[in-house]
Amino acid sequence: MTQFVQQVVAGLGDGAIYASLALALVLIYRATHVINFAQGEMGMFSTYIAWSLITNHGWSFWPAFFFTILVSFLGGAAIQQTVIRPLSRAGELTIVMATIALLVILNGLASWIWKPDEKLLLSPFPTGTWSVGDVQVPQQSVFNLLVVLVCVVLLWAFFRFTKMGLALRSSAVNPTASRLLGVRVTWMLAIGWGFAAALSAVAGMLAAPAQFVFSPNFMQVVIIYAFAAAVLGGIESPVGAVVGGLALGVTINLLGTYLPGQITPDMRLPVALAILLAVLIFRPAGLLGRAVVRRV
Amino acid sequence: MTLNRGFLVPAGLALAGALVIVLLPFWLEDTNEYRFAFVAAFFIAALGLQILTGYAGQISLGHSGFMLIGAYVTTILSVDHGWNDLATIPLAGLVSAVAGFLFGFPALRLRGVYLALATFAIPIALIALAKKYEGLTGGGGGKSLTRVLTGHEAYMTTWPIAGVMFVLAWLILRGRLGRAFRTIRESEIAAVSVGVNLTLTKTLAFGISAGFAGIGGSLYAITIGFVNPDTFLIALSILLLVGVIVGGLGSLVGVIFGALFIEYVPLYAPEILDWVQRPVGLNLDPKAAGAPAVVYGSILLLVLYVAPNGVAGLLRSAIRILRRRLYTSTGTGPPGQVVPKRREA
Amino acid sequence: MPLLELTDVHARYGPVRALHGVSLRVDEGEIVALLGANGAGKTTTLRAISGMVAREGGVVFDGKPLPRSPEGAARLGITHVPEGRGILAELTVRENLQMGAYLRRDRKGVAADLEQAYQELPWLAERSDQQAGTLSGGEQQMLALERALMSRPRLLLLDEPSLGLAPLIVREFFRLVRELNESRGLTVLVVEQNANVALDVSARAYLIEVGRVALEGESAELREHEGVRKSYLGY
Repeated sequence: MTQFVQQVVAGLGDGAIYASLALALVLIYRATHVINFAQGEMGMFSTYIAWSLITNHGWSFWPAFFFTILVSFLGGAAIQQTVIRPLSRAGELTIVMATIALLVILNGLASWIWKPDEKLLLSPFPTGTWSVGDVQVPQQSVFNLLVVLVCVVLLWAFFRFTKMGLALRSSAVNPTASRLLGVRVTWMLAIGWGFAAALSAVAGMLAAPAQFVFSPNFMQVVIIYAFAAAVLGGIESPVGAVVGGLALGVTINLLGTYLPGQITPDMRLPVALAILLAVLIFRPAGLLGRAVVRRV
Repeated sequence: MTLNRGFLVPAGLALAGALVIVLLPFWLEDTNEYRFAFVAAFFIAALGLQILTGYAGQISLGHSGFMLIGAYVTTILSVDHGWNDLATIPLAGLVSAVAGFLFGFPALRLRGVYLALATFAIPIALIALAKKYEGLTGGGGGKSLTRVLTGHEAYMTTWPIAGVMFVLAWLILRGRLGRAFRTIRESEIAAVSVGVNLTLTKTLAFGISAGFAGIGGSLYAITIGFVNPDTFLIALSILLLVGVIVGGLGSLVGVIFGALFIEYVPLYAPEILDWVQRPVGLNLDPKAAGAPAVVYGSILLLVLYVAPNGVAGLLRSAIRILRRRLYTSTGTGPPGQVVPKRREA
Repeated sequence: MPLLELTDVHARYGPVRALHGVSLRVDEGEIVALLGANGAGKTTTLRAISGMVAREGGVVFDGKPLPRSPEGAARLGITHVPEGRGILAELTVRENLQMGAYLRRDRKGVAADLEQAYQELPWLAERSDQQAGTLSGGEQQMLALERALMSRPRLLLLDEPSLGLAPLIVREFFRLVRELNESRGLTVLVVEQNANVALDVSARAYLIEVGRVALEGESAELREHEGVRKSYLGY
């Protein structure tokens, strides 16, 4: 039982990282109906920026963290304006390919600038455990979960209570009508990409310490889990992305603990994807998604 | 089969290409023949992807997985069971095709983006399985094939098969199935209303394209003489898709340009980088890790902006401009040019 | 000086020309109708004004040339309620009304206008937290109108408001429009396939055929015009 609680908490810590990235994917998908395949690499690039500030310029973690989030927000908006917007009238496949091109470029750029050797990013959180009765609760997992939850709640509040948040939601729901109401929809899209980039940066900066060492490909596993979480939750549902991410983290952790023979570390990912495929066959719109009725 | 004007140009190009391929070995040295054999393997795999994505309109990011299947079928049969490696090729294609069908049935209930994400899973799952069942596959360390080919042998093995596969693809797409694919790409709802069995047709598209990829994988293994799960990472699937786009979506003839792109651009990335940075005065290290990726990612972006129909599209535009010149040079040509057919084999 | 004046406006959708030189004017405080058959170019005319479609030709609003973008037109006080109402379906009724006031900076004024909207149509208040997409067609049309009013428009463009609505609801809608015109001096340019209702509510009307103005005049006179009666009024 104590093992169980421990693994659940550890799973929530991992799941928080997937949830953050999954939320980024959902944000962009809701606004532009495009899957940004480069979302993980954007987070990776941001993490390298933070690493560089800490290691090469002597910053401490939290200033680097917040500065990187700011830079990532601006970078995400810039990418939307320069790379994605000119292609907005081309087909969906073209835009998907553009995000794939971004993926390739960002990955190569990170290797080029910072070299592909393994780097260390230390977590700002203690790596020990708390004793709660019999249970040893891993501290880092709890803090990761808290950070992500704070981000999610702040974002939710922004969308729910501010005028710009309302305009962003409006642009996602009906861009044409929003333009007629005076909303500069392309700026809204840029802001959406900015938020997504910021969330990816958070995911990366939490994932790098969790993986002990990191190198340019470190976010590729994370983004696959994030895709699975986003789709599981229903690709347009922010709540679904968060819940899906957390659930996936916990499930994978528990499976790995209780079925170590079957679920070797290499097998974790395929198992996650098999679960995803199974869910999608029975509920094509995801667990929390709304089935889209197609009129024939 | 209609021999209208729209058919002559791509047919002419295909014949010219075939001629080049036949003559090339006399001119190339062994290393380059070797590389060209890889081009043939990628060409076949990319043909498969073209059928699925360019004609039936379904995105797949998993085709490296089907190449993996073909490569391992060939390796296991020839190394562990004494088969002649060439004899394994059809079986490699068949097994991959079956895998494609099997993936297709459940997955094709998913639409668009969900399907693309599901295909992501294919190489991941297969690589993990290959690493797990070491006894069969040699695990992460890989497995060597028994016969090692020279460049020339590889060339002469792979290109005739590539030719056969090209003709096969052309025949498939020319017929009813090809038309069904194209209808699905335009509009699934329209396809259903003209009686196309959506699930069956999409599953067939997956199966056929997986079979092509399997044969490509098999030839790749034969050429390189060694097979290893990490060769078939998603990065390879992406590269295949990039090749198809650069060659021109919907153009069979364009695939050859895609295959050339896939083999040569990563190889020549340092040279390309030098060529670009010299006039601008930059002095970045072109041999650094990651530079090839930046180069081919940038080329892809450039193609998407400037020539979204790929090399095939550029050629088509060039030919259209030439034709217009030929007409109006006589002074009073026909006023409105008929818009040329968008998709030519 | 008219509030809105179009001079020889052309517009096209890609290679297809839809307007071949439309000229019209709307004076402040008027309700003007654009009549015509399906595909005649009425909706395109509104879109050309609000900048949803590219246009050539002169469009002058309040004495100045009108910007070519929807956001620009909105900023000058032109509110276009598009065909199909343009409701923000996944947002609530209240949020739709709030978006109507997006360009306004006076929070107190917006709150007061919201209250007034709730008083005019009490059911809006009852449903204010309901998703707008779950409303009926008629309710959505009313919501679209109230949302448009939230921007305190100088010119209201209504595109086929009667489309898909029961006759009783259509009458109620236009009653409200006429009332707003009389009490607040709201200037309206309305596109309608339903010529009967359009001629009832408007002071002047233009008949658009094949992308041009075929006929124009006082609505009362057009009512009696034989061609109009035969082709558009059905008697």
